[in-house]
Amino acid sequence: MQIFHCPFCGPRPDAEFHYAGDADKPRPARDCSDEEWARYLLMRANARGVARELWVHRAGCGRWIVLARDTVSHEIGGSEPLNP
Amino acid sequence: MPGLLSRYSAWRLLREGLAGQQGWTPAWEDRDPDPAYDVVVVGGGGHGLATAYYLARTHGITRVAVLEKGWIGGGNTGRNTTIIRSNYFHPQSAALYDLSVSLYETLALELNYNIMFSQRGMMEIAHNQPELESMARAANAMRINGVDIEVIGRDEVLRREPLLDPSPRSRWPVYGALLQRRAGTARHDAVAWGYARAAAALGVHIVQDCEVRGFAIAGGRVVAVETSRGTVRAERLGLAVAGNSSVLARRAGFDLPLQSYTLQAMVSEPVKPCLNTVVLSTSTGSYVSQSDKGELVMGGNLDRAPSYAQRGSFRISQSVVSPLVELFPAFATLKLLRQWGGTVDTSPDNSPIIGPSPVAGLYLNCGWGTGGFKAIPAGGTLFAHLLATGRHHPLSEPFDYGRFARGELVDEGHAGVAH
Repeated sequence: MQIFHCPFCGPRPDAEFHYAGDADKPRPARDCSDEEWARYLLMRANARGVARELWVHRAGCGRWIVLARDTVSHEIGGSEPLNP
Repeated sequence: MPGLLSRYSAWRLLREGLAGQQGWTPAWEDRDPDPAYDVVVVGGGGHGLATAYYLARTHGITRVAVLEKGWIGGGNTGRNTTIIRSNYFHPQSAALYDLSVSLYETLALELNYNIMFSQRGMMEIAHNQPELESMARAANAMRINGVDIEVIGRDEVLRREPLLDPSPRSRWPVYGALLQRRAGTARHDAVAWGYARAAAALGVHIVQDCEVRGFAIAGGRVVAVETSRGTVRAERLGLAVAGNSSVLARRAGFDLPLQSYTLQAMVSEPVKPCLNTVVLSTSTGSYVSQSDKGELVMGGNLDRAPSYAQRGSFRISQSVVSPLVELFPAFATLKLLRQWGGTVDTSPDNSPIIGPSPVAGLYLNCGWGTGGFKAIPAGGTLFAHLLATGRHHPLSEPFDYGRFARGELVDEGHAGVAH
């Protein structure tokens, strides 16, 4: 087990959190091209090393957070609210 | 193919045995890279080695190098649970994976290397009536696609696996199963070694300890790879690097719709033969088979956060083992011997990506996710065709990179169980 730090609830077991995709991914305009939409919908950063990830504290406060997490060492660099 | 003197046979075993085992030679030569090749394949796993072999054998292209950052077969090819099956839902996938099973059936003879393919059959067990009914639907679709598959009842399942808990009050009761008789297991290391030996005998260079760090791209076309052992020029370049595909794609300047996760596997201490088939529990995703050494080989779901660590969490190990112990109460007395993980490249539709990349001269074979091992002979055949001709084989066309922008996904969520 790992401890994740929820900006709202403090340190909690990682099992309470659910991974939800890449952070920093703005939704394109409604009239974007198929390629732009596919990039938004399906392409992934899939970083090897420190990644900025969207997680939801599903079994806790239910709020969305951004975790800086190393995908090789699994170390957590920091956490912040998605919508401060 | 290897010359008569180096062919493996019963006669050869006997002769070398009488000569004190002194006459064996290395199965392939570990090479330094040349400065240039017709085709460079990055990744010395099953797919990369098979691709090199078929390039040489089927297409007569022998100025080929396989560049591997570690040792051949040391990634997912040596970390999977060795299951081979083709019970996929959509016609495109059925054609792909059935080709693979067919090639596996004759592979030991073709490569002159015993890959120990054992078609012991695989049962996907239904634990309730609705599951059994949805299985019947899947079986009908698969049979229309020409895959040998049948739904069998509870008595037949229990006859095939007497150690299953027959109680209707069990946590995971047995209602019936989807049976593929041609499915089974093979020796995973032997698949890598067999392809490596056969490819090297045809002139392919196998280069280990050679990490690809970047690409030389001129006028939108890839012309060389920068490696830890110098620059290697290539007319065409193929990536077959599974979990690290996104990392290399980014260095070439494009994105992939892949997410890398840890898939773990584990084995029990070895016991006498007690399990006849490959058994998968449909509701839980856990599965088990018995190796020729007697170990129970177990696997199940992915770890829950993206990872390149090649190690799995204890929580998932528990969730893999606990339903199997409910299904087979006798297994509860066994100890786990080893547990390990591999980095798998999962795609949005649980189907692979085979085809040209956005960079000219650079081709993709990735996105096999949790099911790459079973697809090695087919992946190698189709990727070799692509690298040799620059065009898709008809069977790889549906798996093109362009399908994501076109919205033509081949959604194998149903059959995309993690193995």
